[in-house]
Amino acid sequence: MHPIAEKYLRKSALPQFFCQGCGDGTILTALMRAIDDLGIIDDMAFTSGIGCCAWIPVFVNADVLHTMHGRAIPIATALKLTNPKRKVMVFAGDGDCVGIGGNHLIHAARRNVDITVVMVNNAIYGMTGGQTAPTTPHHAVTKTTPIGNAEFPFDACELARAAGATYVARWTTAHPRQITTAFKEAINHKGFAFIEILSQCPTQSGRLIYGSADPVEAFNRLKSIAVSKARAETMSPEELAGKVIVGKLLQIEGRAELTDEVYALMSGGGDGLSAETRLATN
Amino acid sequence: MEQVLVIQGNEACVRGAIAAGCRFFAGYPITPASEVAELMAEMLPRHGGIYMQMEDEIASFCAVIGAAWGGVKACTGTSGPGFSLMQEGISYAVSTETPCVIIDVQRGGPSTGMPTAPAQQDIYQAKYGAHGDYEIIAYAPSSAQEAFDLTVKAFNAAEKYRVPVFVMSDEIVGHTREKVRIPEKLEVRERQRPATPPDQYLPFRPGPDGLRLDGMPAFNQGYKLLVEGQLHDESGNRAGTVPEVSARLTRRLCEKILKHDGDLLDVEARMLDDAEVVVVAYGSVVRPSMQAVRQARSAGVKAGLLKLRIVWPFPDQVIAEVASGASRILVPEMNVGKIVREVERAAHGRAEVVPVPKLGGVLHTPAEILAAIRGERVHASHS
Repeated sequence: MHPIAEKYLRKSALPQFFCQGCGDGTILTALMRAIDDLGIIDDMAFTSGIGCCAWIPVFVNADVLHTMHGRAIPIATALKLTNPKRKVMVFAGDGDCVGIGGNHLIHAARRNVDITVVMVNNAIYGMTGGQTAPTTPHHAVTKTTPIGNAEFPFDACELARAAGATYVARWTTAHPRQITTAFKEAINHKGFAFIEILSQCPTQSGRLIYGSADPVEAFNRLKSIAVSKARAETMSPEELAGKVIVGKLLQIEGRAELTDEVYALMSGGGDGLSAETRLATN
Repeated sequence: MEQVLVIQGNEACVRGAIAAGCRFFAGYPITPASEVAELMAEMLPRHGGIYMQMEDEIASFCAVIGAAWGGVKACTGTSGPGFSLMQEGISYAVSTETPCVIIDVQRGGPSTGMPTAPAQQDIYQAKYGAHGDYEIIAYAPSSAQEAFDLTVKAFNAAEKYRVPVFVMSDEIVGHTREKVRIPEKLEVRERQRPATPPDQYLPFRPGPDGLRLDGMPAFNQGYKLLVEGQLHDESGNRAGTVPEVSARLTRRLCEKILKHDGDLLDVEARMLDDAEVVVVAYGSVVRPSMQAVRQARSAGVKAGLLKLRIVWPFPDQVIAEVASGASRILVPEMNVGKIVREVERAAHGRAEVVPVPKLGGVLHTPAEILAAIRGERVHASHS
């Protein structure tokens, strides 16, 4: 076993069960590298909901709450509030994050709570067998849009930005190094961080939406549609059609963060004790 | 020093929670429970606690779960529609053995129903509202004093049994302002760390009784916890496809409550010794019931009252004993007749069991219950 895997994998949870060619393994590897580089495994607290990528943190030997569909974000918010030293990270699929849990995403961003939400976007409900998602392309065929999707997909990064996120990045599984860097930046960033990772799902979106269950084709497709933010600025709207802009899309430092605000207000509560003394944490 | 206050039941719940060590509350405004959130927002920061108003009741209860694993005693307060939204989280908390408290100030339903009027229509929702097989604990206060006392007990029971515990208040108890004595010393069960060191610890391995878990670790204490909603083995790893492991966990989740230490039997017997007609009541309906029993006694009728302070787990044995001595059991409730079914089941034909339902968001009058004690058909306009 690779030394990093040896160090960070939850061995009792193995073997992992992602499909052949799934992007989740790449993301898990990038996560372990980021944690190793920062040396913060003991400070990490993970939450996730339901869906394939919700299993990513389960395979990490850290404190993990594997919870309900869409509900990882409010649980993460409370973990941060009850111990501000925690580095809290959420893994959510696109259905989890902007479908059933969309309201929680919006409000966590609005509060600028210091957590990192990683949305792994495969444009479909994969685990349940390939049904349409709020990220499924217009007119795409899925199991529940057999004659084509009448709806339009969310731009989750724009949603997070508009709601108040202070760090926003988008990458694809064809950018493993950039994902590791983004994880480190997001963990270190004080405030609500949102990272969207476009990931291949050969089994469902590959087969149903893009016409091929071949992992290499799915991977190459991601590579071909990704355009860096700098390059996108030089391209016309026509040239950008069908492309996805990747990179760090937003970073604002110094904006008031929820946990700081709550503790500062609490300290002004009257009896002169520091907030840390008063909250009987651990 | 003992403190004597004149406060609402809702405030009594808040004071009870804080006295029991609650330091995190997440909620969403809803009538008739809003005072619970308002007072938590005011009082918790002064006690070093955190109040969060979340985006809905789903998030509120999820935040309570997060706070519990974050190492802090936590609760929420709500009413009918909000209670419905929390059910998914309640099921998760049951499965993951997360200690937490929910104060449900019941109002009339279904749907938006009667937002400002009392009811006892959620009493089944507390036990059967969420998906899956499980058992929970539910207290039912009938006064502001009991709202305080039973909220303290609810927190203690949550710690001991590692389960969501409900305080099934109602609009009358919640909004009635009356005397509450707050004793100088309270019995408070602190959260206990596991006796087993982290490297040997299996978070979901039951202790010597085979039922209850060894302490409650928190995140970032070195245990590397996996808290899994799928049915899991003792390490926390998923086992939803392993029949024997899944069955064992489901059975233990139920049995740890049903085979309790005796402390989950909480009833009060009034004038039961020679009673031929027994009124079984819980929550605010206890009050007109007591009055009716006294009036019946004055008129020479051998009536008695059994007050249920804990409704779930249901006190089968006590009901069986009462049914053996009485000829008739009346069950007045502010619903269509719910707990009466439990009473009927537990009485098992030993006594006649009569429902005395009251709808419309109005409490029974003592006269209505007295008429039922006398065996008259009740013609109350709302029944």
